[in-house]
Amino acid sequence: MPPRQSPALIFLAVLVLSAAVAPLVAPYAADAVDLANRRAAPTASHWFGTDELGRDVFTRVLMGARVSLAIGILSACASAGFGTLLGGVAGTAGGWVDDLLMRFTDAVLAVPRLPLLMLTAAIVQPSVPLLIVLVAASGWMETARVVRTEARSLSARDFVQAAHAIGAPSGRVLLRHILPAVIPTLTVSTTLAIGRAILLESTMSYFGVGVQPPIASWGNMLYQAQNTMSSEPWLAIFPGLFIFVTVLSCNIMGDAIGRHSRTSR
Amino acid sequence: MMQIVVRRTLQSVPLLFVVSVLVFLLLHAVPGGPLSAYLENPNVRPEDIARLRAAMGLDAPVGVQYGRWLAAFVQGDWGYSYADGRPVIARVLERIPATAELVIASTVLALLVSVPVSVVAATHRRADRAAQVLTTAGISLPVFWLGLVLQLVFAIALGWLPSSGRQSFGATGLGDRLAHLALPAVVLALVQGAAWTRYLRRSLQDSLAQPFVRAARLRGFTDGRLVWRHALPNALGPFVTVVLLDAAMLASGAVVTESVFAWPGIGSLFTEALVKRDYPVLMAFLMIGAAAVIVLNLAADLFVQRLDPRTRTHR
Repeated sequence: MPPRQSPALIFLAVLVLSAAVAPLVAPYAADAVDLANRRAAPTASHWFGTDELGRDVFTRVLMGARVSLAIGILSACASAGFGTLLGGVAGTAGGWVDDLLMRFTDAVLAVPRLPLLMLTAAIVQPSVPLLIVLVAASGWMETARVVRTEARSLSARDFVQAAHAIGAPSGRVLLRHILPAVIPTLTVSTTLAIGRAILLESTMSYFGVGVQPPIASWGNMLYQAQNTMSSEPWLAIFPGLFIFVTVLSCNIMGDAIGRHSRTSR
Repeated sequence: MMQIVVRRTLQSVPLLFVVSVLVFLLLHAVPGGPLSAYLENPNVRPEDIARLRAAMGLDAPVGVQYGRWLAAFVQGDWGYSYADGRPVIARVLERIPATAELVIASTVLALLVSVPVSVVAATHRRADRAAQVLTTAGISLPVFWLGLVLQLVFAIALGWLPSSGRQSFGATGLGDRLAHLALPAVVLALVQGAAWTRYLRRSLQDSLAQPFVRAARLRGFTDGRLVWRHALPNALGPFVTVVLLDAAMLASGAVVTESVFAWPGIGSLFTEALVKRDYPVLMAFLMIGAAAVIVLNLAADLFVQRLDPRTRTHR
C-alpha cells in the first residue's frame, strides 16, 4: 500500500475500532439525557455540543458509527457475494440461464436505486438487519455483470476446459478457477460499495425511512437536525462530516487497491 | 442503421415489461399493499377497507390486477392520486418543467467544469493530483448534507441566495428565478461533474498513451493540439455513454436535491408521495424513472455506433 493512502486507512481503522468499543470509550452513556444542558454549543466537556434532549453529540456520533458502519460493511459484502454467485453461474452456465439472469439484472439496474430503496423502506419499515438486506438486495447488479464477463472469458480458457474435461463439477470449477481470478476486481468494487451503502443509509435515514430513533445513525441524526440548522448547526455538521470523511476514506482505499492490482499484474 | 435502431428499440420493450412486473409486485405483494395508509388510520373502519378493496379491484388475483393496471397505464390512465384525487398523469406533467430546468442547468454546469478540468488534469501532473482529490471528495459527499451546508452558508449566514423554492412569492423577474436555481443546480452539478471528471480524465490519459497519439507527438504537435484534436475526440464517445447512463444516478440526485431545496419538480413529488403513501404516484415515478434509464441506455448505444465506426457491426 503506498504511504500516501495511509491517512484514509488509519482513519477507517480508528473509526472501526472505536465504534466496536464505543460503549466503553464514549465520554457519556449513549442515552444520558441532560435537560439542564440542552442544545449546548461545542465545549471542552461536550466536543460536538448537545442535542435537543441534552444528549452528547460526540457519544451519539460514535454510537451512530456502529450502525452506519455495520450497514455499510455487511451490505457491501452481502451484495458482493450475491453478485458473484449470480454472475458466476450466468457466466459459466451460458445459454438460456445466462440470458435469463442477465435480463433480470438489466431490469433491476434500470430502476433508480435510491427511490426504490426509499419506497421499499417506507412500506416495510425495516429494522437494522432488514435494512442491510434491502441495501444489499439493490446493489449486486454491477458485481454480477463484471463477474459474468470475467467468468465467460475464463470459461473459454484451456485450464477451465481441462477441468471440465476431467469431470470436475461446475461448482468446483466456479470455486477453484473462476473465483480466484475475480477477487482483485471484487475487492475494489466491495470497498467502493461500502462507501455507497453508507451514503444510501444516511440518505434514507435523513428522509425518515431508514434507521429509526432511538437508535442513532449518522443519517437520522441529520434528520432530527435539519429544522434547527440555523440555530444549532453543530447538530448537523458533525454527523455529516463523519459520513463524508468515512465515505471519502472508503473511496480513496478503493482507488488505491485498484491502482495497486492494475500495476502489479 | 435504421435496422439497428428498430431492433434495439424492440429489445428494450421486454425489459420495460419485466421492470413493471417487479415494481408492481413490490407495491402490491406487501402486507397492506396500496391501502396501508388507510389500515394505519384508526378512523377507517374494517368494512370501509373492504369496500375500498372491492372498489379498487384489489380483491382480484395479483395477475389480474397487473393486467388491468398495465392496460390502463399504456393508455395514459395512470390512476388518481390518493393525496388530492387528481389524475396522476396531470400531477406528473405539471412537475416536469421544473425538473427539466434544474437538470439542464446542472448538466450544462457539470459539463462546463468537467471537460476543461479533465483536459488540464490529463496533461498536467500537479493539477491531476488536485483534480483527483477534489473529484474523490465530490463523489463522497452526502448530497443532502451538502445542500444543508450550502443553505446554511449562502442563504442563512450570508443571505446572498434564497434557501428554497423556485421563485419568490409574486416575483416574476429572471434574476429571482436564477437566484433560486443557483444552489440546487450547483449541488446537482457537483454530483454529476465529479463522477464525469473522474471518468473523462482516466479515458483521456488512456487515449494519450495510445500509439497514434505518441506518433503525433513525435511529429512535433503541441500538447494542446494532441489533446483537443487527437485524444479528446477519441475519449468523447465513451464519455457521452457515461453521461447518458448516469440517468439513474441523476434520478436519485434529483430526488434528494429537489427535496432539500423544496424545488417543485418530479423528485420532490416523489418524497411528498412517499410521506402520504400515494401509491399511484410512486408507481408512476418508478416506471418513468426506469423508462428514462432504458431510453437513455438505448440512446447511448445508438450514439456510440454513429460516432465510433469501430462498433458498427457491418456496413
